[in-house]
Amino acid sequence: MTKKTLSRRTVLKAGAGTTAFALAGSGPFHFIRDAWAQDYRNAPTGSTVTLGFNVPQTGPYADEGADELRALKLAAKHLNGEGDGGMLNTFVYKNGEKTALDGNGINGKKVEFVTGDTQTKSDAARASAKRMIEADGVVMVTGGSSSGVAVAVQGLCQEMGVIFMSGLTHSNDTTGKDKRRNGFRHFFNSYMSGAALGPVLANAYGTDRVAYHLTADYNWGYTTEESVKQFTEAQGWETAAAVRTPLGAGDFSQYITPVLNSDADVLVLNHYGKDMVNSLTQAVQFGLLDKQVNGKQFQVVVPLYSRLMAQGAGDAVKGIYGSTNWHWSLDDEGSKAFVKSFGQEYGFPPSQAAHTCYVQALLYADACQRAGTFRPCAVVEELEDFEFDGLGNGPTLYRGADHQCFKDVLVVKGKENPESEFDVLEVVEVTPVEKVTYDPEIFGGQLGPCNDGV
Amino acid sequence: MEVFLLQLLNGLDKGGAYAMIALGLTLIFGTLGVVNFAHGALFMLGAFCAVTFNALVSMQQVTLHPTETTAWGTPVEIKTPYVELWFGDFGRFLVEFSVPVSILLAVPVMLLIGLAMERGLIRHFYKRPHIEQILVTFGLAIVLQEIVKIFYGANPIPQSAPPSVDQALDIGGLLGFPPGEIVYPYWRLIYFLFSAVVIGAVFAFLRYTTFGMVVRAGMADRETVTLLGINIDRRFTIVFALAAIVAGLAGLMYTPILSPDYHMGMDFLVISFVVVVVGGMGSLPGAVAAGFLLGILQSFASLNEVKQIFPGIDQIILYLVAVVVLLVRPRGLMGQKGVMET
Repeated sequence: MTKKTLSRRTVLKAGAGTTAFALAGSGPFHFIRDAWAQDYRNAPTGSTVTLGFNVPQTGPYADEGADELRALKLAAKHLNGEGDGGMLNTFVYKNGEKTALDGNGINGKKVEFVTGDTQTKSDAARASAKRMIEADGVVMVTGGSSSGVAVAVQGLCQEMGVIFMSGLTHSNDTTGKDKRRNGFRHFFNSYMSGAALGPVLANAYGTDRVAYHLTADYNWGYTTEESVKQFTEAQGWETAAAVRTPLGAGDFSQYITPVLNSDADVLVLNHYGKDMVNSLTQAVQFGLLDKQVNGKQFQVVVPLYSRLMAQGAGDAVKGIYGSTNWHWSLDDEGSKAFVKSFGQEYGFPPSQAAHTCYVQALLYADACQRAGTFRPCAVVEELEDFEFDGLGNGPTLYRGADHQCFKDVLVVKGKENPESEFDVLEVVEVTPVEKVTYDPEIFGGQLGPCNDGV
Repeated sequence: MEVFLLQLLNGLDKGGAYAMIALGLTLIFGTLGVVNFAHGALFMLGAFCAVTFNALVSMQQVTLHPTETTAWGTPVEIKTPYVELWFGDFGRFLVEFSVPVSILLAVPVMLLIGLAMERGLIRHFYKRPHIEQILVTFGLAIVLQEIVKIFYGANPIPQSAPPSVDQALDIGGLLGFPPGEIVYPYWRLIYFLFSAVVIGAVFAFLRYTTFGMVVRAGMADRETVTLLGINIDRRFTIVFALAAIVAGLAGLMYTPILSPDYHMGMDFLVISFVVVVVGGMGSLPGAVAAGFLLGILQSFASLNEVKQIFPGIDQIILYLVAVVVLLVRPRGLMGQKGVMET
């Protein structure tokens, strides 16, 4: 049996070895001590953060897409402290406190962006967003100009664990049956359009009207038709027929002609973008607005208007009612600041598509700044039930139950005597938010859990 | 009754466009034996001749308003077309009638494009299999539309019919119906008449001129005509250019009905091939008859009464007819045996 004793030398050696091991072991920990930031997808590690601007640069909604991209570039500029700051100067919280954004990027990181073309097609939009998330490392995707696209990209962002701040999407489904915890919508929806339009139409045209709907044959068209029918029928209107038309049909003459023997005295065009420009122009060319049916003057209604579409349709929009999320002629401080910034940058006023994308970018940035991180679930927490003002449309709530924004809705009419090429719509009524708010349960769907992407 | 008449008219103007494109396709196939998938691009290029001419005559002198400013703080711009400044009423006429007047630009431009396309590319594929012709012409169509997209963007560019014909004609009033009962847009009537005149002119050209007689002879027996010392290739090149002009004019005059965009050629190309197949490959009267027939069928298939019985029929009617015709009569309605069947 051998007896082992600890000599002073042995103890010193062991102590030195332990110290060396401890130093060697703790070295890597020192360099990655902030590694908690990596436990969500695409956590920015450098001095910049990348956002994904996924807009339709081709296809029937390309006009809106081009304007969305302009606005998003302007938002990035303002977030980085360049330009006049736009709506960063007017953005306030419910308590009147100014935004946490200080023009120093987001969380101290300079804002960079990548762009993609959704082509107004769901599969192309998903492919483009996937590329942005996987190859470009974006933490947030925004843009789009079709509810079909928005629902598809929102689903992808939920699966991959990034935030989706949708651009122009008006279908009830986006924050209804297809809502997702990682997705948020600032834009209004078909239900809100119907709720705002119904009383105004009844007031303007009477309560004994018969409507004929031409409806774009996809997600958005269906919910718009449903909501407009619901609220006009509540006013006493009847619905003669609701006919589906293919997206991008171009020539709608064959669908307009049957309206003539339908006994209808109102044509509701549930079309948007290029389709709305074509169908409205053709309806006017076919003399519908000059017709008398059942002793009443025939009328046309466009539930979702945009200034870009109205410009495209030219004189055909005069006197035609519709609803819009925002209009550049609003005189609140936020709208004026945005119109000034955008107008000086590009030489013309922004569209509602541009406005909603710009606001979404600011809201996302502000939520990250308040959360102190880009972690999706932390951002979701900051946005849910967030109340703000100074971004147009008055005080606004980002409802936590469905991630839908609630604010006043504008009813507009094609201007009879425009003063400029951009002055094509006039706001005839601002419907208070209380009248367009609904129970989040009515459209079904579940937000589900938040996904950080790990 | 009024809906029947209006759907018939809708079918005729749509059919006019189909027939003009299909006529060109058939001319090229009948003379050169080439399946030209770039033919829709020629339709699109014709439409962009109108866009270009409109842009040229609408170029504006911009002056700044001395006092008024925009909502974004810049001076209001006052824009006046140069042609109006320089030529007064005639200049205003050019701006308002830019679509029909642009025919003057489109004819030589489409002629040159047709000649360049045939001499520069198509001729090298005469003796190659149809599949190679399809691939190369389809590729060419994509190249052409991408070039247009670079210069004009992806957005549709609305073109107006002249103000004097931008309204609707009270057809019912002319036929003894109550006023305003049956109205139809002037421009669509003009388009139908225009297509009838162009198609008639092409037929007359082929039927009553020596050039046309030689071309027809060449279509029937190319070798014999060549042995007679006639340069049939040169004539066929001209026929290709003629087909390009017809397609271009069809697109140009269609612009007030459908705002031109870079993709419009592809949208019409597929339908036009269906028209050619139904009419009979190589048959000029077949292409024209099938164009109008399918245009009318498509219109009537959109009637609610029809759609209630056959949902979605409006979107598949053309292909359904093509399937039935090919099953029953593979050569097409007026095609010759041997082209599509053995």
